[in-house]
Amino acid sequence: MKRGERITNSILEGGLKLSALLAIFLIFLIFIFIFKEALPIFTNPGVRSEVDLRDLFASSVWQPVSDHPRFSLLPLFLGTLKLSLIAILFATPLALGAAIFTAEFAPRALKETIKPGIEILAGIPSVVMGAFALLTLASVLQGIFGWTMRLNAVNAGIALGLAIVPTIYSVADDALRAVPGSFREAAYALGSRRNQAIFRVIIPVALPGIFAGFMLGLGRAIGETMIVLLASGNAAILSLDPALSTRSFSATIAAELGEVVFGSTHYAVLFFIGALLFVITFIINLIANLVVERFKVRLAGVA
Amino acid sequence: MKGWDKFFALASGLCVLVIFAFLFWIIFIIARNGAGTVSWEFFTAAPVEGMTEGGIFPAIYGTVFLVLVMTVFLMPFGVMAGIYLAEYAPQNSRLTQAIRLAVNNLAGVPSIVFGLFGVGFFIQYAGRGLDRTLGLETVFSQPCLLWAAATLAILNLPVVIKTSEEAIKAVPLEHREAAFALGATKLKMIVRVVLPQAFSGILTGAILSVSRGAGEVAPILFTGAAYYLPYIPKLPTDQFMELGYHIFVLSTQSPDVDKTQPLLYGTILVLLLLTLALNTFAIGLRVRMRRKYGR
Repeated sequence: MKRGERITNSILEGGLKLSALLAIFLIFLIFIFIFKEALPIFTNPGVRSEVDLRDLFASSVWQPVSDHPRFSLLPLFLGTLKLSLIAILFATPLALGAAIFTAEFAPRALKETIKPGIEILAGIPSVVMGAFALLTLASVLQGIFGWTMRLNAVNAGIALGLAIVPTIYSVADDALRAVPGSFREAAYALGSRRNQAIFRVIIPVALPGIFAGFMLGLGRAIGETMIVLLASGNAAILSLDPALSTRSFSATIAAELGEVVFGSTHYAVLFFIGALLFVITFIINLIANLVVERFKVRLAGVA
Repeated sequence: MKGWDKFFALASGLCVLVIFAFLFWIIFIIARNGAGTVSWEFFTAAPVEGMTEGGIFPAIYGTVFLVLVMTVFLMPFGVMAGIYLAEYAPQNSRLTQAIRLAVNNLAGVPSIVFGLFGVGFFIQYAGRGLDRTLGLETVFSQPCLLWAAATLAILNLPVVIKTSEEAIKAVPLEHREAAFALGATKLKMIVRVVLPQAFSGILTGAILSVSRGAGEVAPILFTGAAYYLPYIPKLPTDQFMELGYHIFVLSTQSPDVDKTQPLLYGTILVLLLLTLALNTFAIGLRVRMRRKYGR
């Protein structure tokens, strides 16, 4: 190799490495730049006279646009919790059942239809899912349950659940298929029936992977925006009743940032919510990814 | 199969049925309500009468413009990172693990958080900096297509990194060895032997990210999308209309809900068909690739 070529090569290879390092860099950059806009809550006296940390976490009313704005995150927190809980309760059994069916029961041809089908579901944009919940699902659910509020936590929660089914399914399916065949054979050799092999051997072994899928789904449910914004009714009510209109952290940012004055208290609080969302989902994803990593290493040691 | 075995087969099969029932329900409702609206005029005309009549041409144009610029930002970095992870990264080093963890975590960052990042970093920081340095009034320090595309590129970076890495790793080792045996340097081997073979896999990543980029609304809400524009954006520093955002606008800000409804369903149908077509293509490519390498 000529000297010039060698230098070009190392520059190009350095570029490859830098591109990969970009991922780490971006994680920090995202946190820093969102937190930077939220900083006035802690440092700016003018902003602090309108809101302090106690208000954010202790009071109970979210009313950012008024003569006496009130910024309590509590109703938003409760709303986010309610919505993601419904989504998870709806999605986990369905996704897990479907994963068990594809991994254990479905004949090969059927398997090859189910997987792409669920990928198609994953490809439906969240704004389309939200519009479907707003226009169709809400009316059907109201017809069945007779709720006074057409748009509510159950409606948005179910749409949200549909959006996270593919996430949970694909991770759970990977986990189930990663269980070595020898485990199954051992169970059968000991006289297990199929359901015994599934519930006593395969699922327990795959449990960390299934848990990770659940966590990733939860993370997505907490952060998903457009579905909630369109389908939940967006009232910041401090209540656990799922039949009431509900507002989440994510939808609050989406609904209010467009109207807000740059640098105002409201602006800083919205970025603070963003930072909070980032930290919460980051921790959830971190746990999920570490669990998957360890699960893979452990099974690699066995197989 | 008997007794409990049968029960569990049926119960888990039922889960699949429920999921697919919802999927078909969504597609059916949108197709039935949207089909009447979709016409040549719908694709080629601009919205008129306060968006209660006319078509969605500016939104289609904006969406295409947006994903094109996004792809320009996204693909070089994504593919280069994929090459590094597949060909260079020492497999058990701390750094490689940290990169993988960062990629996976980046994939889980909520899309609205990317939107905030776009405002805080691109518009308020990079945009202001650019305007100050170039002595411009307000060109870069405001929401525009450039920043929306950059935000979407970051959102899609993990998709491209992962699919590229997977595609590159799928290229058989013998092909690499053959290239080395012929005296190629590692970089030359990658460019001449590995990348051409990994092309369809990398393309899958590009298509998936275009599909996602066309459908994501939260990241562009504050970084460049506009309710309505009387003109077609020409420069990346213009604001733009977009299909997903148009759906949001029509379903929440309409002056006359009944009049808007057909347009709304028509727009949803167009976006749904676009993403379905892109995803089906990507899935097809992947299936073909898996067969080719017998996995």
